[in-house]
Amino acid sequence: MSDIFEITLLSLQVSTIATLVSLLIGLPLGTWLALGNFRGRSFLLSIVNTGMALPPVVVGLVVAMTLWRSGPLGDLHLIYTPIAIIIAQTIISAPVVTGLTAAALAALDPRLQQQLLGLGASRLQMIWMLWCEARLPLLAALMAGFGSVISEVGASMMVGGNIRGQTRVLTTAIVLETSKGEFEKALALSALLLILTYLINLALTLIQQKGHKR
Amino acid sequence: MSEFISIRDFLVQRNGRNALTIHSLEIQRGETLAVVGPNGAGKSTLLLVLARLIKPVRGQINFDGSPISQMDDLEYRRKISFVFQDPLLMDMTVEKNIALGLKFRGTDKEETHARVNKWSKAMGVDSLLGRRASQLSGGEAQRVSLARAFILDPELLLMDEPFSAVDPPTRAQLLKDLSNLLSQDHRTTIIVTHNLKEAAQVGDRVAVIINGELKQVGTPKQIKEKPADKSVREFLREL
Repeated sequence: MSDIFEITLLSLQVSTIATLVSLLIGLPLGTWLALGNFRGRSFLLSIVNTGMALPPVVVGLVVAMTLWRSGPLGDLHLIYTPIAIIIAQTIISAPVVTGLTAAALAALDPRLQQQLLGLGASRLQMIWMLWCEARLPLLAALMAGFGSVISEVGASMMVGGNIRGQTRVLTTAIVLETSKGEFEKALALSALLLILTYLINLALTLIQQKGHKR
Repeated sequence: MSEFISIRDFLVQRNGRNALTIHSLEIQRGETLAVVGPNGAGKSTLLLVLARLIKPVRGQINFDGSPISQMDDLEYRRKISFVFQDPLLMDMTVEKNIALGLKFRGTDKEETHARVNKWSKAMGVDSLLGRRASQLSGGEAQRVSLARAFILDPELLLMDEPFSAVDPPTRAQLLKDLSNLLSQDHRTTIIVTHNLKEAAQVGDRVAVIINGELKQVGTPKQIKEKPADKSVREFLREL
């Protein structure tokens, strides 16, 4: 029982941190891509949009090769640690948050920027107001970012190693129990994962709907 | 009245083509200049340049005697106020929308409250302060947009066809209210419109822009009686 609690807590910790880091990267980057007017913008957007479909197992492989003892960042001794999982999950989640942020801001009336500037907003005030105006799709971006990492297994398995008490998260535990033929345990863990994901998304949806209330 | 804005030898290009050329234009302090012209003539471009939202390729614009190119961008933009064709209200209450520009300027709550009360009453939207912007009719939204601009007490008010998106009776009422307000307020205003009749109603003078060129500036009577050239005559005939 304490095992399950530990695994659940670690799952929530790594996925929440990875989502928050993705938000720190994706919100400004997505804003820059949506509002910027520079050469190569479409190319960068296409890269980000491709990144939204990054296979977690590929991310896991690349991050693992980078963090292995013989890899370029091997000296940091991060492989098979929760930090390694956070790094991999951030790489998976950041393009999702970036791409959806860019799409949310691009969907606003472009004259809104001119209107805000015409009312005396500084650049930062304008961006803040655009974020407020697009708060519902931005919350959806946050939910999608979290959803993309809480449910992934390939990267967590490859860079975390599924070590009991250290890097075992819900998804990797489900894979392990299934491989052992412990289907009841695997199903129970799956139900737990689904309930957790539902509760977190319910909370975010309630916040979203509160913002949408007329 | 004294000269407040002067534009000299002015060229704006958009998408690689000349969008607006003005050899010389002066606007007096407290004057309302109505700008008319066909679609795509460059009327809105004039407002966008005056708001420093786009930059001219060449030319000088003086604002109260100083070249605007030498003024701090934000400081300059906080002397003006812009009303667009659509109200472009934010997804918040009417009260917050009206107070938005004051919030950007860091105005304290007490003063903001007093000014919101004053201008919401002046625009007839004081009963709507608690409503969301999305619950307003087109006319109400445009009144809120006007209150949001006037509350800033701008030295220069720029209005880009502010009533074109509302129905004719509402438009007539809004024009009447605006005309009364401007005649009492004596605020330097440039208003773009399609309609010469409307221009005559609100403007002290009318500027005609056709094909990206300022063709004529004068009183509505002068424009009607002595069009500067064939293009102005044809434009007036089409109206």
